[in-house]
Amino acid sequence: MANEINRREFLKLTGLGGVGVVFASALPGMASAAAQDDFYFVQLSDTHWGFEGPPNPDAKGTLKKAVVSVNNLEYQPDFVVFTGDLTHTTDNPIERRKRMSEFKEIVSELKVKAVRFMPGEHDASLDNGKAFKEFFGAANYTFDHKGVHFIALDNVSDPRAMIGDEQLAWLAADLKQQKNDAPIVVLTHRPLFDLAPQWDWATRDGAKAVELLMPYKNVTVFYGHIHQEHHHMTGHIAHHAAKGLMFPLPAPGSQPNRTPLPWNPAEPYKGLGFRGIDAELKDADYKITEYPVVKKA
Amino acid sequence: MKPSAKGLCISATVAILAMASIVTYVAAQSAEPKEKVIKITAKRFDYTPGKLTLKKGEPVILEFTTLDVLMGFNLPDFQLRADIVPDKVTRVRFVPDKTGTFTFLCDIFCGTKHEEMNGTITVVD
Repeated sequence: MANEINRREFLKLTGLGGVGVVFASALPGMASAAAQDDFYFVQLSDTHWGFEGPPNPDAKGTLKKAVVSVNNLEYQPDFVVFTGDLTHTTDNPIERRKRMSEFKEIVSELKVKAVRFMPGEHDASLDNGKAFKEFFGAANYTFDHKGVHFIALDNVSDPRAMIGDEQLAWLAADLKQQKNDAPIVVLTHRPLFDLAPQWDWATRDGAKAVELLMPYKNVTVFYGHIHQEHHHMTGHIAHHAAKGLMFPLPAPGSQPNRTPLPWNPAEPYKGLGFRGIDAELKDADYKITEYPVVKKA
Repeated sequence: MKPSAKGLCISATVAILAMASIVTYVAAQSAEPKEKVIKITAKRFDYTPGKLTLKKGEPVILEFTTLDVLMGFNLPDFQLRADIVPDKVTRVRFVPDKTGTFTFLCDIFCGTKHEEMNGTITVVD
């Protein structure tokens, strides 16, 4: 606990040298959680290991730099989660596994050993998650951490961008075990709402998941896919998209096509990064801190 | 003679009914002109043609085939979508009710350049 308080004071004192802090979401009705420990975790997303091209001349170095940056955080998180597109897609199943193996080796350098993985469509949609499961285990799962119930939802192993009835039934059964004021965090890859269907930034049956979550007062969703920070509410449920670690994408619907934003040599790694998420159970909110890939000198 | 007369009568009745059917068919054809069919071929990672121009209010049948894998057709602005299944013809009836240029896309992940697989439909008055 003292460690988390120190970290929070540290964040306030330093102002984090220009990185963004977002007051993420109010979690009303958290009295029952007041006695529990606060904690923080780190979300990395869309590392697209294996990608090559002008949008990132340092494609082979960016993930490694991000791992170093996480390791250099003043306080180490309780755990790290990767919210999908760990690797860039390939038709070749052997190459897919090679990329996953390399990715796994790189992130094994993280000091924090509690690391959770989720698939993105680039990892899982061409083989229904087969290779992903070989390397990283289940594509959907739950875990509990210091009073918060985490649910990892897989909306990519079905190439139609669907969660599917079977997984929705699994979600419903899991939620039935939770009190309606339980703090719940959903981790997923694609947005569960129609952010930009013209760009395939949606989950075809995401509304069914949101409907199942809606009776629960304290639900927050962290996801990836769109390679940029984005915040949206569906009713009382907050959805927070994370930056990617290979190339940034344009704002939803801001141009005809979702082509990567060009690399700017004057500002390398701009638009890329990862985030720390402080779960402040006493104050009933999550605080998001955005970190760049490389700390500015 | 009686059997032949009966046969003639039956033949005449069949002929009259057939003619009536043809007339009805033609009349139906006249009342509802055949909808324009637009064939669209999907393959990784494009649609051919990828740009269509349609008239507002004029119904068309979009007829899809895929040359390789399972594809999707999604026209979100009209909430119109379909699976394009290999070895099958997928027909989608579409009556554009608003003008503008609208993006359609493949919404079934199909590989490396899936994100680039889209097209546009321009609807004019």
